[in-house]
Amino acid sequence: MSSKSISAASTEMAALLRLKDVSAGYGSFAALFGISLSVESGEAVGVVGPNGAGKTTLMRVISGLLPPTGGRIELEGDDLAGAPSYRIVAAGIAHVPENRRLFPRLTVEENLRMGAYLLQARKHFAERLDGVYGRFPRLKERRTQLAGTLSGGEQQMVAIGRALMSKPKLLLMDEPSAGLAPRVVDQVFDLVRGIRAEGLTVLIVEQNVRRVLEVVDRAYLLETGHIRLAGSAAELKENAFIRQSYLGL
Amino acid sequence: MDIYLLEAIINGLLLGGVLALLSLGLNLIFGVIDVVWIVYAEIVMSAMYGVYWLYSYYHWPLLLACVGAIGIGALIGVLVHVVVIQPILGSAPINQLLATGGLLFFLQSLATLLFGTDYRNLGIRLPVIEIGDIFISFSRLIAFFMALVGAVLLYLFLAKTYLGTAIRAIAQDREIMGLMGVNERRIYVITSAIGGGLAGLAACLLVLQYDVHPFIGLTFGPITFMVCVLGGLGNMIGGFIAAFIISQIIAVGGYYFPVEVAEVLAFVFFIVMILFRPQGILGK
Amino acid sequence: MSGAGGARALGYAALAALAALPFFLSSYFQHLAVQIVIWSLVYTGWALMGRFRLTSLGHGAFLGVGAYVPTLLWNNYGVTPWLGIPAAMALAILLAMVVGYPCFRLKVVGHYFALVTLALGQVVLLVIVAAREITGGSLGMTPRAVGHSWYALQLPDKASFYAVALGAWLLGIAAWHWVERGMQRPALEAIAEDEEAAAAVGIDVLKEKLRITALSTGLTALGGALYAQYLMYLNPESMSGVGISLQIVFAAIAGGMYSMFGPTVGACLHHRAQRGAARAVRHAFRRRRQYDLRRAACRVHHLHAARHRGLGRADGGAAEAAGPGHARGPGGRITLDSLRRF
Repeated sequence: MSSKSISAASTEMAALLRLKDVSAGYGSFAALFGISLSVESGEAVGVVGPNGAGKTTLMRVISGLLPPTGGRIELEGDDLAGAPSYRIVAAGIAHVPENRRLFPRLTVEENLRMGAYLLQARKHFAERLDGVYGRFPRLKERRTQLAGTLSGGEQQMVAIGRALMSKPKLLLMDEPSAGLAPRVVDQVFDLVRGIRAEGLTVLIVEQNVRRVLEVVDRAYLLETGHIRLAGSAAELKENAFIRQSYLGL
Repeated sequence: MDIYLLEAIINGLLLGGVLALLSLGLNLIFGVIDVVWIVYAEIVMSAMYGVYWLYSYYHWPLLLACVGAIGIGALIGVLVHVVVIQPILGSAPINQLLATGGLLFFLQSLATLLFGTDYRNLGIRLPVIEIGDIFISFSRLIAFFMALVGAVLLYLFLAKTYLGTAIRAIAQDREIMGLMGVNERRIYVITSAIGGGLAGLAACLLVLQYDVHPFIGLTFGPITFMVCVLGGLGNMIGGFIAAFIISQIIAVGGYYFPVEVAEVLAFVFFIVMILFRPQGILGK
Repeated sequence: MSGAGGARALGYAALAALAALPFFLSSYFQHLAVQIVIWSLVYTGWALMGRFRLTSLGHGAFLGVGAYVPTLLWNNYGVTPWLGIPAAMALAILLAMVVGYPCFRLKVVGHYFALVTLALGQVVLLVIVAAREITGGSLGMTPRAVGHSWYALQLPDKASFYAVALGAWLLGIAAWHWVERGMQRPALEAIAEDEEAAAAVGIDVLKEKLRITALSTGLTALGGALYAQYLMYLNPESMSGVGISLQIVFAAIAGGMYSMFGPTVGACLHHRAQRGAARAVRHAFRRRRQYDLRRAACRVHHLHAARHRGLGRADGGAAEAAGPGHARGPGGRITLDSLRRF
């Protein structure tokens, strides 16, 4: 059942992010087994799979919230495996966590300010803030509102905006559509398309296979800690296994 | 209104200022790091000795000695966190209690060793101001205003600076602070330094009014904790309010009854309040 | 069969050895032995709550009640401590129930519970000091001495007192045993782990907590009473308040609060350490403090007396002592009493 067909050509040099044989777990429970994947600059890559497959673990390992037990995580060639989160963020990776994880008793603007905590980001706070408000006018209206009182969709906007404040090279998005109403889900994926179009590199983890395959260039299928399939979005959409198990066709 | 009652109320207000300052430091530490520094009053005591030493032995100008004491307080705060708290950050609260409690005895013993058990006084007599028939101690007045200044500065720091916002944030969601590019450990250390520094500031204000001896922490320690819990442990605004409530009870109660009775009233009030609202006035 | 019998025989032998101990010791060590036994009782009492995550930082309150009530009854009404001590224990338990019932009912736990108990300890200390007319305040008080008398439970002969203390200690151990063997232990451990789950399986959380609290505070009060009777001196600092409360916590935990004899070990550890310089310093301090207080109290200087009482009014003046036209003001020597009036 395992086939690895990588049709998109990606040379060693061009990859922005490259995972080589990464393993990770929680105590004695192993969640990821020898994961290898890559993301090129300017690409949008998806990671799909069922619950418990290890998608969130994968995100946490890349952003440094969880140290890997083995393997390399290379950002532009530099191995970041095991580095603390704040250093990984400084290197240019921003992570929009599962369930948003805003600071509930800080205002919208304060949450965004936290996104710009890095010294190099503070200098550009004002302009980037304008950029985020430009993208999300609704947030500008609510800039002094406590983040915990926002609706799910608005919180997602804040979470994404917060990640963008550091002007990352790579944006990690963990299940951005989770728990959101269908109309809001549309907005989120439109947003991803928009960010994508501006040239930002995105790695997005999703359970909603159909929607995510519409916005990414390539995707990986992660099942029980292993990469089962990889290919372009088009290829995966046509893949029989995917169609049967995840698209219900 | 009886003029003496008014005087009691005013003095209660002034007392409340310093009590509020004391509670600020404790609440900051608890609200952010989620540990109770049982040893907090002893940090104040140590800083009081610091002022005394710098002023009386090394003949530093008083203001400089106070700055020095704030520094001593901050340093002790950092040491408490790094040496005692950090290693046991995840473990049961009882362990944290024991560790900081052990430190309490340690500081008391150290102070006894270094300075003996005599009461030490700065030997400064500040004037008493007379307004109408009301007598107000100048040192108390200064203490009140400095406490307010300290509180305002703390507020501005927490609200307006990146570091301050990060300190508020880490209390709400510690795990993702790294994703903001924040070094959590460093934030905790800085918070501990601020908490200790506030203790140092309170020490400066107290040493103007009271003698210092190794066990002085036992006199205002329990009241400080009571104020913090009454306001909602970790809630700085709540602690502020509670400080003034308690100090008024003590001051006005002290007008009608002997002072110990007034303090008993304050403690009983606390116990009853906690029973009605266990999380404190502004607790969650 | 024989194993259990053998263990029991060993137990009795140990008990006999303990009982006979004082006859082999010099006076000083007898003194130490009595103290260790009494404090073992106190620490064991505390540990009965502490081991189930009911961390009290105010057991000094019950120590104080246990110490002062029988002495006050004896001094003022001639009531024999044999009645006075049970009365004190009952009072201590009542106090614990009055505060404990609402606490447990309203689910005051953890930090909050600990700090409420801390406040309680302080309240008792303050009440003792405030009622200085009958309790002697910070200067302390002594039971009215009648020489050697079992009726008055005044036994200058240390070996006899040791026997009494040992009996009380055994009571504490028996209580521990009762808790261990009965349904209390698993119930309380369940409560300690997850109160809601425990309630869900039908454990009466409130009753269990109240019961163990009653046991704990009663034993502590007993210890306090015996300590006062033994020393023939009481003072609020060593019988209530934060310092002694924390000492109890530390010693009990140091010896091991989960085992039957752990707190007893803690008492041995603590009181051996006392023999060091630490004790000398503390003793010197206590004496010194009393000396200062007596000196201050003896001062005839009207203005000074007015001043230092006045400081306590937190108003920098002495409204009561000074009439109109009298000089008032803060400053002057600050004694422990006025410090307490922070």
